[in-house]
Amino acid sequence: MGDILRAILTIGLGIGGFVGGLLLIYAATNVLPAKLRGGGQLLVFVGPVLLLLFVGLFLPAIQSIILSFTRDPQLPAGNSGFFANFHFIFGDKNLRQSVFNSLLWVIGGGTISTIFGLMIARFADGMKRESIVKSMIFIPVALSLAGAGIIWKFVYDGPPFNYGLLNAIAKLFGASGTRSWIIESSYGMNTLLLVIVLIWVQTGFALIVLSAAIKGVPESLAEAATVDGATSRQVFYKITVPFIRPALLTVITTGTIASLKAFDIVQAMTGGNFNTSTIANEYYTNFSVQNRDNVAAALGVVLFLMVIPVVILNSRGQKRASEMAG
Amino acid sequence: MTAINAKAIDVPANATVGKKLNATLGSSRGKVFVWLLAIVWTVPTFGLLVTSFRPERQIKSTGWWTVFAHPQVTLNNYVQVLGKESGVDLGHPFLNSFKIVLPAVFISVALALLASYAFSWMEWKGRDWVFVGVVALLVVPLQMAIIPLLKLFNNGAHIGSVPVFPPLPFNHTVFPVWIAHAVFGLPFCIFILKNFIASLPSELIEAGKIDGAGHMKIFSGIVLPLSVPSIASLTIFQFIFIWNDFFVGKIFGGEENKPVTAALVSLSGSRGQAWQLLTAAAFVSTIVPLVVFFSLQRYFVKGLLAGSVKG
Repeated sequence: MGDILRAILTIGLGIGGFVGGLLLIYAATNVLPAKLRGGGQLLVFVGPVLLLLFVGLFLPAIQSIILSFTRDPQLPAGNSGFFANFHFIFGDKNLRQSVFNSLLWVIGGGTISTIFGLMIARFADGMKRESIVKSMIFIPVALSLAGAGIIWKFVYDGPPFNYGLLNAIAKLFGASGTRSWIIESSYGMNTLLLVIVLIWVQTGFALIVLSAAIKGVPESLAEAATVDGATSRQVFYKITVPFIRPALLTVITTGTIASLKAFDIVQAMTGGNFNTSTIANEYYTNFSVQNRDNVAAALGVVLFLMVIPVVILNSRGQKRASEMAG
Repeated sequence: MTAINAKAIDVPANATVGKKLNATLGSSRGKVFVWLLAIVWTVPTFGLLVTSFRPERQIKSTGWWTVFAHPQVTLNNYVQVLGKESGVDLGHPFLNSFKIVLPAVFISVALALLASYAFSWMEWKGRDWVFVGVVALLVVPLQMAIIPLLKLFNNGAHIGSVPVFPPLPFNHTVFPVWIAHAVFGLPFCIFILKNFIASLPSELIEAGKIDGAGHMKIFSGIVLPLSVPSIASLTIFQFIFIWNDFFVGKIFGGEENKPVTAALVSLSGSRGQAWQLLTAAAFVSTIVPLVVFFSLQRYFVKGLLAGSVKG
């Protein structure tokens, strides 16, 4: 009970303190001479946001860039100079593996989930119990990535635990004995098994966005094409897909960025062992386990550099799509 | 294609019937595909849920799918996970999650509302540029900001060796977690809300001005009530997003303030095959966002769409 009360108190203090602070600043602007009042009010409206973003996001990002070019004191003697941290990252076998794994994640989370989402959106459109089916596929989006990781770890688990679902299925197909699927690292298979978790989550997101976009396609367009003898497949690929291109791009972009940042799944399932680490996971371990802050900062910069082209491609594609529409 | 199908089903009839048949056949295959995927998508979660209610001995000796033949249900796993005896004690992190989420959501949505108003209906120099700058911050991954921000909280700010302000006295509290979540969430919140608030009819705001209302009055009397649907969807979205975070909470709050997601991850690391605990713990950690999602599904989806599909 005491715990609950204390939690409620903390929540109340947080929200109350915040509102009180804002009101206090606002009251202060009312006492200002009329000339300054306009500026004072503006300060109440945007001041806190700009201060938070500048001090909490913009400056730290700059500092991270500086840190990334500052040799980490914990690096081995061989690495020196301006690019020491980056040399270390791309020279280290584990870290190179993570960069490669991150690309696998991008393919799965950005592309495959979009294809799944698109296919489901296409066939579910207008079918009976459409909303139930969509909810079933959407549930994983509401789960945490860590929780999703646990759910699938249970599916993949092997000896000494012999009752994982995947082992049971493998047995149906004639496999003898059970194995620990996420420990097997031949052909990066365990990384693929981890990527499946993100596909599982991201497909629901893709489905909802694309399904709404498909419903926005004017029916007259599809009808006209059908009258002209187009099959439903042709209508889909020649009319629907081009029409929903902006939404497709959005889904691919968000999926790609989510894949690059995904490490909750890795932490929950393997902790990055067995060659399953990713850039975001290496960031995490370098920062919070190995205390190599500058290497971590450099990994943050690498992540940023990988996000930028995705964003640029997206905004270019969006522009082209809106030009075509207009 | 039409001909083959018509022959196979032995209904030559006329062309329109053939076409219709073809359409239903094609779509029924699609329906089967959709239902199959929906089931495949649900099975892993279902298996976890079922397992969390099975006795430990059963979990370790048979697969969860056999439960239908020999149903045996217990709440013991939940008692263990939430109680202090087993050493898991998820109750405390569970409360922490509420301590983190509610103020963090409130602060980020409230600040984003105020700023969106200023970006839409207040005239000031450089307004549009500043807005572009804020939205541009969307591309900065939080990994770029975490280390310096944490140092700022722990060590204060210095220029050279001159202190600008001392370390904040909030170590080992949830305060830094609120601020961090607000900072990382603000660009997205502002992006969503500004779109909405800027599209409100300008006659309404003008009318308020003619009546002599100040900005605060227009904001609270006109803009706020009109924005309720979009505030609701953003709030739900932020709630689920922040609840599901495990990184920011763990890093900024420290061990005693870690959210339930972080407790789940560390349990997975330390007792990776104690499925009677892990399944119940995973369910405890996801029940809140699931309830929020199912009860407010419509708003949540709208919130998702607001940022991605225009018109």
